[in-house]
Amino acid sequence: MSDELRYYLNRTVLGRMPRRAFLGRAMALGLTAAGANTMLASGLRAQEPVKGGTMKLGMQGGGSTDSLDPGLASNQVTFQICKLIGDPLVELDPNGGPVIPRLAEEVTSDDTATVWTFRIRKGVKFHNGATMTPADVVATVERHSDEESKSGALGVVKGIKEMKVDGDNVVMTLEAPNADFPYLMADYHLVVQPNGGKDDPTSGIGTGAYKIVVNEPGVRHVFEKFDEYFDESMGHVDTVEITVINDNTARTSALQSGQVHYINRIDPKVAGLLDRAPTVTVTQASGKGHYVFIMHCDTAPFDNNDLRLALKYAINREEMVEKILRGYGSVGNDFPINAAYPLFPEGIEQRTYDPDKAKFHYEKSGHSGPITLRTSDVAFSGALDATALFQQSAAAAGIELEIKREPGDGYWTDVWNVQPFCASYWGGRPVQDQMYSTAYMSTADWNDTRFKDPAFDKLLQEAKGELDEAKRKEMYREMAMMVRDEGGLICPMFNDFVSAHSENLQGWIDDPNQDNMNGYVAHKCWIS
Amino acid sequence: MHPIVKFVAQRILLGLVLLFAASIMIFAGTQILPGDVAQSILGQSATEQALANLRAELGLNDPLVTRYLDWLTAALQGDLGTALTNGQDIATSMGQRLGNTLFLAGWAALISIPLAITLGLIAVRYAGKWPDKLISAVTLTTVSIPEFLLGYIVMFYFAVQWRLFPSVSTVYDGMPLLDKLNAIALPVMVLVMVVLGHMMRMTRAAILNVMQSAYIETAELKGLRPFTIIRKHAFPNAIAPIVNVVMLNMAYLVVGVVVVEVVFVYPGMGQYLVDHVAKRDVPVVQACGLVFAAVYIGLNMLADVIAILANPRLRHPK
Repeated sequence: MSDELRYYLNRTVLGRMPRRAFLGRAMALGLTAAGANTMLASGLRAQEPVKGGTMKLGMQGGGSTDSLDPGLASNQVTFQICKLIGDPLVELDPNGGPVIPRLAEEVTSDDTATVWTFRIRKGVKFHNGATMTPADVVATVERHSDEESKSGALGVVKGIKEMKVDGDNVVMTLEAPNADFPYLMADYHLVVQPNGGKDDPTSGIGTGAYKIVVNEPGVRHVFEKFDEYFDESMGHVDTVEITVINDNTARTSALQSGQVHYINRIDPKVAGLLDRAPTVTVTQASGKGHYVFIMHCDTAPFDNNDLRLALKYAINREEMVEKILRGYGSVGNDFPINAAYPLFPEGIEQRTYDPDKAKFHYEKSGHSGPITLRTSDVAFSGALDATALFQQSAAAAGIELEIKREPGDGYWTDVWNVQPFCASYWGGRPVQDQMYSTAYMSTADWNDTRFKDPAFDKLLQEAKGELDEAKRKEMYREMAMMVRDEGGLICPMFNDFVSAHSENLQGWIDDPNQDNMNGYVAHKCWIS
Repeated sequence: MHPIVKFVAQRILLGLVLLFAASIMIFAGTQILPGDVAQSILGQSATEQALANLRAELGLNDPLVTRYLDWLTAALQGDLGTALTNGQDIATSMGQRLGNTLFLAGWAALISIPLAITLGLIAVRYAGKWPDKLISAVTLTTVSIPEFLLGYIVMFYFAVQWRLFPSVSTVYDGMPLLDKLNAIALPVMVLVMVVLGHMMRMTRAAILNVMQSAYIETAELKGLRPFTIIRKHAFPNAIAPIVNVVMLNMAYLVVGVVVVEVVFVYPGMGQYLVDHVAKRDVPVVQACGLVFAAVYIGLNMLADVIAILANPRLRHPK
């Protein structure tokens, strides 16, 4: 079979190319219709998982400073390690549905969404041979919610007032109602460890499908299949190897030269070129992460909503998606939510580039003189270019932006959340409530737009306790409109997760929740 | 006391003083890095409470001098401490990285030094003729291209197009020697190209300089063959500057190859240092700085000693 044909077959099997188009290409390449049909059938049959072998992942986002403590996981590699060695209670659905049971078999709540009961799966083994118990679950959450804790999940679990073991159940009582609570428990930091990891947080022992056998931070991590893993539908390969390759060109070369099967984080600039290579498939999953320009609503001149609106109308979102993301993303609408979220409020009018409106609001604001916009190449990939585009489109509306380029070192300490106007990014959160609570509630630590609106806060609280989804969706629409029309967020684009794999890695599905199929690439895919 | 022993002792003492001064510079330097250790470790998504807890735990609130003295005393006893970020013992994890770096640098030196000197000798022999010009042109070209670009070029041809060598040079304990050599083939190739020009040009210049001397003319008049003159009469008198530049390049191979390490994903010291600088992991940065300073000072000291020993006037004082 020619490379070209195999490439088309691959795309058809992945559902990226219609069957009819495949048959057409196959016949153009000299196959008979019958032959092409047989090939397609065998291609689809090859979707049966193959057991065994080694899956090699070449990943960006690891360093020699990485720790095995799940609480400290904060980059792509440590995220992936958490997913391999452990399991959270529940997991997010790739299709945006309700949570999927993992270590908890069932999740129920009382009528007020305040008391949540997790029925813990029985007979699940840790890598050290011990059996996982509800007490381990409680200890894990306790460790992450400890005030002394350095856990990245502290914000997620601090709303838990009380926990207790009740037979096979763990019952958690919240400070305040939260209908989205199960989604929060899917946080990757919260993988269950023996005694919650209180004895040795960096042991790397969990219940996961793979146990860690080599741990060289920033270089490589090797995992072997855990034979007693509770979920037999997952974990097809015997060995998983993560090689940390932070350099973009080195990563693509490693994939092209066949040294790894999968690479994450592909620069949109080269994604299109890489996709043309016959033995490589580039995948894109529309994620919840977004690139932003943030204004402090309480600092002059941004305390004037007309000036904020002027800047919102002065940015060309389509142009940015096209030139910065090269199409690997979608336009934003100045609120931090997109269709990848459950209960996304559809039908909100898309804000577009409108120099006239921008000029109108700018003049109404009464501001004059240049406005300083701080940026850095660490703000997001392509931030310097995006800032320059913003400067140009704003200039056309008569708004002068003065760009101040800041060093990448210390950007997150000295510029972001400190300076009144800068470029930044947000990774998504599992649910809308968490996104808004993290960055748009008046009292939130990371309210990086200083958006403080009592009406918004009240609505956010009410939505937490609203179990009727239709009503909640309506509330989220109202909140989105508030942020969009009055907030300090300029959100030009949502970036996709762009990754690539070789043709012998099969079983790929798009998952918008996180990189690497939400960390399940090694669990769900196989090497043929 | 024999003057040579005195000279060498002086050099060593001077080296130690330099090292001490370097330790102060390193410590001071790490204190003025912008940003905050705790924030860097926990990342953008850290809460105020978590940050405060971590700062207290790391002892970031103690006075500077106390921290310097504590650090120096411990370092002198071989205790480099543990990394703030992942709690690993620094001496152990750095030892492994240093071993890798020396392995890579060693092979690059083993190939590049004899090659550079040989090419330098050939260039002198045919000074001004085409072999000289060819050698100079090629080595000057490779030394002028930035390392990362050289890296990408050899990667494109040798790994992606021809699939001769791997593009990812990860080595680990227990890897058979032949596999290791195969893994580091491309970075060694790049490093050789990077350092070759400098050493070859220096060899050529130093020997050509000597070739102007009267005793070379005498040797020529004796009827010696050009290569014999270069090898027996010119080269020994040009050793001092050559050794100096060789040592400088070896020091570079140990402390300055972070770009090549990143491009080829080689687990050496450079990448290790950069990761920890980015995370403000001060104990590791200080330990790396100290090791780098020791290597640099040590190699330069060695060059001085060799130059002294190679100088007959010092070897046989009146």
